[in-house]
Amino acid sequence: MKRVGVFVCHCGTNIAAAVDVGEVVDKARLERGVVFSAEYPYMCSEAGQTMIANAVKEHNLTGVVVSACSPRMHEVTFRKAAAKIGLNPYMLEMANIREQCSWIHKDKDDATKKAVSLTSAAVAKVHLNTPLFAGESPVTKRALVIGGGIAGISVALDVADAGYDVDIVESTPGIGGRMAQLDKTFPTLDCSACILTPKMVDAATHDNITLHTYSEVESVEGFVGDFTVTIRKKARSVDMKKCTGCGACYDKCPAKKAPSEFEEGLSNRKAIYIPFAQAVPNVPVIDREQCIKFKTGKCGLCETVCAPGAIDFEQQDELVTQKYGAVIVATGFRPIELGKFGEYAPESKDVLTSLEFERITNAAGPTKGALVRLSDGRKPKSITFIQCVGSRDTTPRGKAYCSKICCMYTAKHAMLVKDKYPDIDVNVYYIDVRSPGKNFDEFYRRAAEEYGVNYIKGQVGKVVDMGDHLVLQAADMLDNRQITARTDMIVLATAIEPLKSTKPIASMLTASIDTNGFMTEAHPKLKPVESPTAGVFLAGACHGPKDIPETVAQAGAAAAKVLGLLSKSKLTTNPCVAAADELACNGCSACESVCPYGAIGYEDRQINDHGVRGNQRLAAVNTALCQGCGACAVTCPSGAMDLLGFSNRQILAEVDALCR
Amino acid sequence: MLGRTDLPNRLRVISGAKDKDCMKCGKCSASCPSYEKMDIRPHQFVSYLQRGDVDAMMNSTTVWACLCCYACIERCPRDVKPAQIIEAARLMLIRRQGDTPYVSADDIPELLDPDTPQQLLVSALRKYTK
Ligand SMILES: Cc1cc2nc3c(=O)[nH]c(=O)nc-3n(C[C@H](O)[C@H](O)[C@H](O)COP(=O)(O)OP(=O)(O)OC[C@H]3O[C@@H](n4cnc5c(N)ncnc54)[C@H](O)[C@@H]3O)c2cc1C
Ligand code: SF4
Ligand code: SF4
Ligand code: SF4
Ligand code: SF4
Repeated sequence: MKRVGVFVCHCGTNIAAAVDVGEVVDKARLERGVVFSAEYPYMCSEAGQTMIANAVKEHNLTGVVVSACSPRMHEVTFRKAAAKIGLNPYMLEMANIREQCSWIHKDKDDATKKAVSLTSAAVAKVHLNTPLFAGESPVTKRALVIGGGIAGISVALDVADAGYDVDIVESTPGIGGRMAQLDKTFPTLDCSACILTPKMVDAATHDNITLHTYSEVESVEGFVGDFTVTIRKKARSVDMKKCTGCGACYDKCPAKKAPSEFEEGLSNRKAIYIPFAQAVPNVPVIDREQCIKFKTGKCGLCETVCAPGAIDFEQQDELVTQKYGAVIVATGFRPIELGKFGEYAPESKDVLTSLEFERITNAAGPTKGALVRLSDGRKPKSITFIQCVGSRDTTPRGKAYCSKICCMYTAKHAMLVKDKYPDIDVNVYYIDVRSPGKNFDEFYRRAAEEYGVNYIKGQVGKVVDMGDHLVLQAADMLDNRQITARTDMIVLATAIEPLKSTKPIASMLTASIDTNGFMTEAHPKLKPVESPTAGVFLAGACHGPKDIPETVAQAGAAAAKVLGLLSKSKLTTNPCVAAADELACNGCSACESVCPYGAIGYEDRQINDHGVRGNQRLAAVNTALCQGCGACAVTCPSGAMDLLGFSNRQILAEVDALCR
Repeated sequence: MLGRTDLPNRLRVISGAKDKDCMKCGKCSASCPSYEKMDIRPHQFVSYLQRGDVDAMMNSTTVWACLCCYACIERCPRDVKPAQIIEAARLMLIRRQGDTPYVSADDIPELLDPDTPQQLLVSALRKYTK
């Protein structure tokens, strides 16, 4: 019989306000094998941990139950404390009387009863606990970054500078992401390209960084420290080793009707193209759907003019398989489609999204930086900005969240217009102006105070394109009046959303996304750059709306976590893995089919059944791959599969205790 | 029978509107074609309900000026349904009025005009007599 000690935590008033802790302590003492029970305001504190250590020594405890918060919060803390005094850490159990009890019940009597039950269940379990020993797994000292925007580039540079190899997989032909499309950046108005392109070049020339552009992640296997990833390098139709980046091919290519992704469709590109002049790598791609040669078999002009002979129409997709210790997801965002927001006349050429406006104001953009109406080329006399388009919208057509960056970039756009053309009348319709952040509110106020941008508290209800101008109807909430106004150009601060391709990436990594499709962090406060899956980290706007300073800060934090992982030579593994009882297993394969981690295989074992020798097919668990999810244990029809630390017997003992 | 203090809740039940969800963006008032004829504007109607000032709502010109075009409902980003608050206030007023409807069936022939769509008459009857 084990000698069990029970420690009940107040968690300040978190537990004590709803549960009679003294009662739980007294009732625990009546449980089988309990030789000691006590309470303390904060068990997780140093004093609380010392209390456990002293009691183990003094009362020769062989099992410990801590009734406190969720094991996700502090199981590691208490198990470490147990190990320090020589108790096997798996001889300690937690009863969750906070998240599953005090936080959700109002009636103190009921909550106390439940806390008593949960504690007795943990005691019943701990009687069946056996010492478990963690194994070791290797760490591949190489990181994979998915997405080559500013987030991915920053993580890669930080990790590479520390001496580790990093690969960046970028789905488009070049790195840079959205930041490459921007003109100036808030809150300092420095030119986006001037601060981004040097970083792009650093990433491309760094000895430790390998770029896989025009590439996608095909499959992921393995686990923290030991991921095996297959990358599909899509056929560029241009040999990267031979191309000198001279540009003769795209100068001559006659197929010029493809809308340019980089220019948000505002101008066209050739079938063979680089996304923009400073693209990294400076190697073109043939868009096979647009190329005349691929469509009709004729043309081949680019091949004729390419002096180094880099054009390769026969090129096939290439699959590269590589091992990594850590993966960073940095797949970014895109503006939402505005098809359902007909009231803003989004189909009008003079109604732009903010990202389109970035291209219009950019000297390298489709209008060479001239601020003109796209319908008739006239310079606008009045520009209207509308904030929160599709954001903070709980109806099915919008996004319930605040897109966070649009108040600031709208102030930026308004100032850029006023700076170049003080005679243009600039109006901004807003619900609230959200500008927390270093120098952010000052920035927005400058738009109003210094530049005379007219901020109107209210929304626009309707926009009509009248041909040579637009008319809008809006509400001014502070003056309580309705406005009908002429304007020449409208810019919609469009909500942003994660890319559709983020979901398959998340499922390949067994990481998770939230209801909005953004990657989920492991803990909103304490683990903001880790995904819930060990070894998978997050950076940038794929995790939620973010501006560049925040993206770069998060990328740095993710890099620090990656370095912490890669600097280890071995990782300790979770010993709570599945194991098959060879006397009960009949090799039916049911468990293999449900294991999400591919951890179950089969082997033939020689057996001696009543003197008859024979071969028996038996399930064998790869303990390095098993994550201890338990799917196999509940599936096994013969009850052969069990989870160490969560055996069927242990769980039934808990159920019995709860039903008493 | 609900007492006077329960009027706001009764209005909430009748309208099915979610006044608490309003974030005062003004898009309803920005969309309203009848705005100038209203003394209490669509977005204010939501605030009046939040404050519980049902009498003011029932006595407003708004209950007669709203066209039931539902532009405000269509465009409200929080699905508050301001027009349904207005309609509910009008209904409460009409019910209090008892047997003296604003329009009776007998008045109709006089109002008939070949240019008036049938649908408008039907909705007018519905609006003024319920
Ligand atoms: C109109 C506008 C103006 C802005 N102005 C400013 C400003 O002035 N100042 C400021 O601080 N911020 C500004 N921002 C915000 C800024 O653009 C973002 O903070 C920044 O781009 C986020 O970087 P990111 O790397 O996380 O995402 P992204 O820039 O979106 O990069 C993600 C990259 O990942 C790639 N990718 C996506 N999916 C995959 C996949 N499955 N496999 C491989 N690669 C993939 C994409 O192709 C892309 O290259 C603005 C945003 C907008 C829309
Ligand atoms: S072969 Fe295709 S890519 Fe090359 S020039 Fe002709 S159309 Fe352009
Ligand atoms: S950042 Fe500003 S404009 Fe964008 S959704 Fe939030 S409040 Fe609206
Ligand atoms: S549109 Fe909706 S959220 Fe906006 S003020 Fe009107 S009722 Fe409120
Ligand atoms: S339904 Fe009434 S309040 Fe709403 S927009 Fe139409 S007229 Fe205005």
